[in-house]
Amino acid sequence: MTGDRASQTNSTQPRVGLFVTCLVDLFRPGIGFACVKLLEDAGCAVEVPAAQVCCGQPAFNSGDTDATRRIARQTIEAFAGYDYVVGPSGSCMATISKDYPEILKDDSEWSERARALAGRSYELMAFLTDVLEVSPPETSFEGRATYHDSCSGLRSLGIKQQPRTLLSGVKGLTLTEMQDAEVCCGFGGTFCVKYPEISVKMVSDKIGNIDASGADTLLGGDLGCLLNIAGRLKRLGKDVRVLHTAEVLAGMADRPGIGDGDRD
Amino acid sequence: MAIAGESFKSRASSALSDASLQTSIAGLKSGFVAARARAVAALPEFEAMRDAGAAIKDHTLAHLDVYLERYEREVVRQGGKVHWARDAEEARRIIREICAAAGARTVVKGKSMVSEEIDLNAALEADGLEVVESDAGEYIVQLAGEAPSHIVMPTIHKTTDDVADLFEDRHRAYGFMDRAKSAAELIGQVRTILREKYFAADVGITGANFLVAETGSNIIVTNEGNGDLTSTLARVHIVTAGIEKVVPTLNDASVLLRLLARSALGMEVTSYMTLSTGPRRADDLDGPEEYHVVLIDNGRTEMLGGAFQSMLRCIRCGACMNHCPVYLSVGGHSYGWVYPGPMGAVLTPMIAGHEKAKELPHACTLNGRCQQVCPVKIPLPDLLRRLRHQQWEQGFIDATTRWGISAWAWLAQRPKLYRAATGLAIPVLAWLGRSSGRFRSLPLASGWTAGRDMPAPQGETFHAQWARRARQK
Ligand code: SF4
Repeated sequence: MTGDRASQTNSTQPRVGLFVTCLVDLFRPGIGFACVKLLEDAGCAVEVPAAQVCCGQPAFNSGDTDATRRIARQTIEAFAGYDYVVGPSGSCMATISKDYPEILKDDSEWSERARALAGRSYELMAFLTDVLEVSPPETSFEGRATYHDSCSGLRSLGIKQQPRTLLSGVKGLTLTEMQDAEVCCGFGGTFCVKYPEISVKMVSDKIGNIDASGADTLLGGDLGCLLNIAGRLKRLGKDVRVLHTAEVLAGMADRPGIGDGDRD
Repeated sequence: MAIAGESFKSRASSALSDASLQTSIAGLKSGFVAARARAVAALPEFEAMRDAGAAIKDHTLAHLDVYLERYEREVVRQGGKVHWARDAEEARRIIREICAAAGARTVVKGKSMVSEEIDLNAALEADGLEVVESDAGEYIVQLAGEAPSHIVMPTIHKTTDDVADLFEDRHRAYGFMDRAKSAAELIGQVRTILREKYFAADVGITGANFLVAETGSNIIVTNEGNGDLTSTLARVHIVTAGIEKVVPTLNDASVLLRLLARSALGMEVTSYMTLSTGPRRADDLDGPEEYHVVLIDNGRTEMLGGAFQSMLRCIRCGACMNHCPVYLSVGGHSYGWVYPGPMGAVLTPMIAGHEKAKELPHACTLNGRCQQVCPVKIPLPDLLRRLRHQQWEQGFIDATTRWGISAWAWLAQRPKLYRAATGLAIPVLAWLGRSSGRFRSLPLASGWTAGRDMPAPQGETFHAQWARRARQK
């Protein structure tokens, strides 16, 4: 392929390339399908390029910048033809939109393409709210939820109000803010297995705040954090359901929550 | 202070199970975070001030030689003397020589992180000098034979009870026979003891918050007023400062002072602000006979002009650690050296070398809260990631991590192979975990499963399902 061809093809439908993220692909494909539904309902043509795996963050945060560059180039290539690239994770989308241009800035062949991709890449909630300006979807969910602000989405991409605005339209859902919603849950990618004791202490603090909020459901926008929080909740035998915001918004929350099984 | 030997991980582990430490840190978490937030909210131009603060520091660092020379000229013009120390050893030697020349027996010290950095107390004590810390917090850690665990609040790891125990044991010598019953009583004891020491001191050593190039002044801020006494009562005043402490003008210093008080303690101003400019003049009521400044490099010039220069903006406010969920879990001593928390995780490897602080850049989730509150906008997470990159390049990353990341990255660049492998493995895992939805343990995942269940995959991978859907269309 030569260069980027941002095209609106023959219709006015925006063509969206879905960046599934590796965790959603492996652990919770339902979030991916929720994205597809939300985007299609909002009038997008959604495609899923096959040559995507992961944004490269594990390598980037471990110091292997060369491998990250190679993965970045592969991702840029895979998503070259779309009007937008959208993914259900603030963390992965921040890697694509903030880190790719930075690590490729001295690469004459790729720096421009990295910047172009960055300019078209959005986290799902931000895309629906800020770009498509959709109104909150009409769906329902029975529960009292609290929302965990994942760090990269919040601090790198400024995602704070968007999911809350979208959730405000969900019938039957009350959203209660917990204390320290913006404090890290202790996931941190490889951190959670390199420093398990500290990570568990941090996620336990988070769970203390979830408990204190009185919520029966925890919502968030990054599966890494949600796996971490759900993993600890279940270990502690707590009955809180953990879901990605997209699942609730798409009306696809009728299945077991993260870490819950058929018999829960 | 020497760098602690055992690993961050094992120190952190003990800290996590230290109930009294956890109680003390909890206070920091609730109290100071809220106080800072209030102070910032009350000042609409705070964001603009952060930019101004960072710009002042960047400008100074870009012309550091010019401002340091200007500062030296002004100090000399005021009758003081400036000494340049390349490293900790040289700094200690200079200070010991000044003390020896003054025939000193007792030294009173104000709070100074750089003096901890160069391990000054031990060197002076080895020369037979009595060294008394005049900041209440520093006094307490000195008495306990400990190191500070926070750059602003050295005793944040101690409860009032811990201090009462310590004083009960050690203050008998000064005639305090009963255990103090309140924090006020504890402080009263310190005051009484220190008053004597101030008058007996031959040399007063202080740190510096800012060195002002245009006037040759040193500014220190305290909440106890000990800075005033330390710098005026002794015959000789020695200022110890890292070379990055210089700012061009008093105006510049005032911008940074406003940022500092709010970021450190949530105060608009600190209780005391002490400016010292040269020795006592003929018509001064008090002041030292000699005024020395020891400017310490100790690795700082190596950070100039490179990827880590922004770290030299640091004004040592401590906000990054107050907001760091890792620091707030494991406390300052876990970091093993003078500077804890996010700023320490950057500075320690820079000053002491990667081999002595390998773990620190990794002991972070890169959540970015530190950068969000840093008054001079230091991109701490980026700097930590850069240190990780340096370690990767220089071979400091352990073999398991290196191998794991490389193998995974190799696979991530082969989407078809990756798809085939995960397409087989994931349904098996999903099937195994289908009824409970999670695993209590998994081979090779003990880091995760020691304290958490591992949620089971929901079913087939997304890509497998999507491909089938596409075929059926
Ligand atoms: S890095 Fe920033 S927040 Fe941390 S101590 Fe320095 S100035 Fe304060």
